[in-house]
Amino acid sequence: MRAESRAGLLFVAPALLLILVFFFVPVIAGFALSLTDFDLYTIGDPHNLRFLALRNYGELLGSDIFWTAFINTLYFALVGGPLTVAVSLGAALLVNAKLTRWKSLFRTVYFAPVVTTLVAVAIVFKYLYHPRFGILNRALGAVGIPGIDWLGNPKVAMLAIILLAVWRGFGYTMIIFIAGLQNIPDELYEAARIDGAGAWRQFRHITVPMLGPTFLFVGVVVAIGQMQIFAEPYVMTRGGPLNKTLSLVMLMYEQGFKFWRMGYAAAVAFILFLLIGGATLLQMRLQEKR
Amino acid sequence: MRFLLLLALLLSCSADRDTRERLEFWALGREGEVVAEMIPEFERRNPGIDVVVQQIPWSAAHEKLLTAYVGESTPDIAQMGNTWIPEFHAMRALEELPPAVVDRSDYFPGIWETNVIDGKLYGIPWYVDTRVLFYRSDILAAAGFPRAPRTWDEWRQAMARIAERRLSHFPILLPTNEFEQVEVLAMTNGSTLLNADRTRGAFRQPPFAEAFAFYVGLFRSGFAPAVSNAEIANIYQQFAAGDFAMWITGPWNVGECKRRLPPEIQGKWATAPLPARDAGAPTGVSMAGGSSLILFRGTRHRAAAEALIRFLSEPAQQVRFFELTGDLPARRSAWNAPALVGDPYFPAFRAQLERVQPLPKVPEWEQIATAIFDRGEAAARGVTSVPVALAQLDAKADTLLEKRRWMLSRRPSSAASRHLLPASGEKDAGAASAPLSRLRERVARSAG
Repeated sequence: MRAESRAGLLFVAPALLLILVFFFVPVIAGFALSLTDFDLYTIGDPHNLRFLALRNYGELLGSDIFWTAFINTLYFALVGGPLTVAVSLGAALLVNAKLTRWKSLFRTVYFAPVVTTLVAVAIVFKYLYHPRFGILNRALGAVGIPGIDWLGNPKVAMLAIILLAVWRGFGYTMIIFIAGLQNIPDELYEAARIDGAGAWRQFRHITVPMLGPTFLFVGVVVAIGQMQIFAEPYVMTRGGPLNKTLSLVMLMYEQGFKFWRMGYAAAVAFILFLLIGGATLLQMRLQEKR
Repeated sequence: MRFLLLLALLLSCSADRDTRERLEFWALGREGEVVAEMIPEFERRNPGIDVVVQQIPWSAAHEKLLTAYVGESTPDIAQMGNTWIPEFHAMRALEELPPAVVDRSDYFPGIWETNVIDGKLYGIPWYVDTRVLFYRSDILAAAGFPRAPRTWDEWRQAMARIAERRLSHFPILLPTNEFEQVEVLAMTNGSTLLNADRTRGAFRQPPFAEAFAFYVGLFRSGFAPAVSNAEIANIYQQFAAGDFAMWITGPWNVGECKRRLPPEIQGKWATAPLPARDAGAPTGVSMAGGSSLILFRGTRHRAAAEALIRFLSEPAQQVRFFELTGDLPARRSAWNAPALVGDPYFPAFRAQLERVQPLPKVPEWEQIATAIFDRGEAAARGVTSVPVALAQLDAKADTLLEKRRWMLSRRPSSAASRHLLPASGEKDAGAASAPLSRLRERVARSAG
């Protein structure tokens, strides 16, 4: 080995070691756990542990509650994800626009929800969503629309959670978009204007293509975040009403820490891991094709 | 000024050197707040003990207790919902208690029984909870029932008459997301819910099947609306408006009804024990709910903890606790308190408590119970037939209990080891060693 490459290895070693210890080892351990029936009885007596091979996965894929959680998670990701990207891109364009004054103020204001405590936010949103006293229903009432039981109605509870999650999360992706926008050279817009391109065509043919890598990054980050949704429904609805806001991570938490079926919960975690990995790969493929 | 600071520092130092025995006590929700008011009296009587009460909200209690045990940071003594005891017993988190710690004969037998697993005592009932029939006495009187129905036949008759004369929108409310409704009907009909070994469901057997059919029949004949609690906006308003005439619920609703029902309805509602299957029994059988006081395994303050249990179990303290929280006392002698005897609504609970039964003592019960209301709802809405729902229930229970069957099959079939978990007669030597290593030791010992 050349001295140079040895030095290089030495430099990356700490990072690799961290990834090994904090990523590969837990993932492999989690997978091993998912092949067993580690549960309450195992805590009582380690001899009550069995190797089940893939039986946890079989049971999981055959249970209704798993598919409910799966569909809820996909619904959240497919509605909440694009919405987050759209809102944050819109906010980034507005904040970055030449006409906007007090840019840094708006940047801070939009970013503030990201760094607030979720529990505090959830309590405020619970007031906003309150069926009788909430400001949302008051506003609807003022224009003659009957109030909605935002968190109690199975049909709208997930939408209410999505609204909260988008509001709380878009600031972060907005900052990334602003960085991406600022990297686009002004000359391109100038040239386009000289050629007679309007605002829409400038956006369509300069902004969007130039933001390509940013879209990939944001898409991956948002998708991962959305599929791991847990805190919002946990604090707001506990998965209810009628399991309509139960997500995969909540199912995992319930099986793991409520019923202490660790093997089964690990199987949920591993399926989620594959799902997120799959979604990330898909996005990278799509990006490559373009 | 500097002198004062120095003095304060010295004082705080000496306070740290408290020589009293420190007893850690975790109590849940409102009970946790209230019990803190009762502790000074205990500490006055036991100057050598310092009780540290930590209050845990009910919503997080179960997970918190579980993780505390696995993480080896359990308190000495804790309040625990009595349906959780089997689960903590399966993890071997509980210390066995000598039955002589309190006067057993003063307790309601069904409630006491929730704390006993395989003949061993793991908790002392602190307060109790059960379900009885709440009803609109004016509506039932108009239907020709000056008192509450006492048998299922009378009950069905009353419902039919209420429906016929359109005295209320629905004769009875049985929220479809509450498994308690099915459980109490099944227990009244003599079902044990699981088989004797607690390794398989007993749902297709006649006692459960009949009760389930009775339950489903109430929906299909239009006596009960197929709605869950989530779909009921204000249950008190609906009870007052006569949307339903009967309702099976628990003691907390006595206070709620007194407070929330409008004045014109006060005096027009009452409580009664659950109707019996037939005239052969005094009342139906309800569930034995409530909380117990338990000792966590490895506590080094056993004597002090038992003293605290004895103190909180004293009839006078039980009455005080009832006055502070509204939680019903676990001891018969505490029920002589004027606040309980003089109230028109509590005697029904007193009568019911003599006929309560614990739910099957397996850690998997909550998951099985979830399936009960789920299948009950499906049958009530006509999505499945009764026999199919019962078969599905047995299948679900059998899947969940598969591990227990496996554990039972591994044990030698001598009578002494019929218990699903090995006898734990001997005391642990190392008080606070890691649960897993401690148990490995024990297994090695019992094998040798």
